[in-house]
Amino acid sequence: MKTLLISVTLFLTSLALTAGGGYEPGDKATDFKLKNVDGTHVSLSDYDNAKGFIVIFTCNHCPYAQKYEKRIMELDKKYDPKGYHVIAISPNDPELVPEDSFENMKKRAEKMDYTFPYLLDEKQNVYPKYGATKTPHVFVLENEGDEHIVRYIGAIDDNYKDASLVEEKYVENAVDALLAGNEVPVKETKAIGCSIKDKNK
Amino acid sequence: MRKLVFVFLLLTVAFFHGVGQDLKVMDYEGLEPHLQKENDTTYVINFWATWCKPCVKEMPAFQKLNREFAGKPFKLLLVSLDFPSQIDSRLTPFIRENNIQAEVVVLDDPDSNAWISKVSKNWSGSLPGTLIYNRNSREFYEKTFEYHELKQIVNKLIKE
Repeated sequence: MKTLLISVTLFLTSLALTAGGGYEPGDKATDFKLKNVDGTHVSLSDYDNAKGFIVIFTCNHCPYAQKYEKRIMELDKKYDPKGYHVIAISPNDPELVPEDSFENMKKRAEKMDYTFPYLLDEKQNVYPKYGATKTPHVFVLENEGDEHIVRYIGAIDDNYKDASLVEEKYVENAVDALLAGNEVPVKETKAIGCSIKDKNK
Repeated sequence: MRKLVFVFLLLTVAFFHGVGQDLKVMDYEGLEPHLQKENDTTYVINFWATWCKPCVKEMPAFQKLNREFAGKPFKLLLVSLDFPSQIDSRLTPFIRENNIQAEVVVLDDPDSNAWISKVSKNWSGSLPGTLIYNRNSREFYEKTFEYHELKQIVNKLIKE
C-alpha cells in the first residue's frame, strides 16, 4: 500500500513538473488578459481574423532585450499586415527591477513608437504557463479556430550582438513557413538572456 | 620605515594582482576545453555578466568559495558574457573594484543556440548559470546560489 502511495505521489509530482516546464511545439497556448501601456487590456481573443501571434517576453532593462528591440519592432511591421501580430510582455517584477516599472514601459513604448502592445505580466502568472525563462524569449502561435497552437519557441535569430551578421532568422523562417502552409523548419532554439525577475523564485 | 615600505609594496602587489588580469576573449570552441577536463580537480564554471543583477548578487558567494577551497583540487572559472565593447568600461572596473581573484574569461559567441545545449541540455540560456563538474559528476544549475549551498556541493564532490 505504502509503495503504491509513493508511486502515485511520484507520478503526480512528475506530471506537475512537466506541466510547470511550459509549452512545447504543438501545445495549445493559453490566452491572457494583461495591462497594456496604452491603458487598455489585451487578450489574444481581441484580434479578429488574426492568423497567429509572435508573443515575445521582453523588458526594458535587459541588454539582450535592448539589442533585439529594433528587430522586434521590424517583426511587427513586417508580419502584422500578414496577420501575425507581435505582442510584447514584460514578465519582470518591477519591485525587483525598477527600470521595468509600468511607467518606464510606457515611456519606452512611447519613445520608440512601438506599433504593438507592450503588456505587463502583473501577477507573474502568464510567463510560467508559457515556460518563459528569460528575456527575450519568443513563442510563435498559430491560430486554429479558437485555439492558439505553439509552433516555435526560442530565439529571434542567431546573432544577439549584431543584426547585420545574422545568418538564420528563426522567427521569420517560422512565420514564413506557417504563412506558406508549411511545417516550421526549426521549432526550438535556445538563446542567452536575462533571467526573469520573480521574488518567488 | 622599512616596515612601512614593505607593507606598501605588499599592498601594491595585491592591488595589481586584481587589476592585472589578462582578459581572454574566446568563442565557444575556445571555452570548451575548460568544460571537459578529466583530472582530479572539481571545476565550478559560472556564467555571468556585470549587468546581470542576480549574477552580481551571488558573486561574493563565489569569491568566498574560491578562498575556502584555495589549495584544494578546485578551480573556479568566471565566464563573462559582457559584450566585448564593454570590457574596458564595465568588466575590468568591476573585477578591480570587487577584487576578483578567480580567473575571468569573456565568452563572445553570439550564435548562442549553437552552444548552450553543449554546456548543458538543462540550460535554457538564462543568466546566471553554473556548471559544477569533476571526473565523476556533472550538474548544471540555472539559478542564483547562496554560499552554503555552493560549499556543500563542492565539499561533497571533493570528498568523493
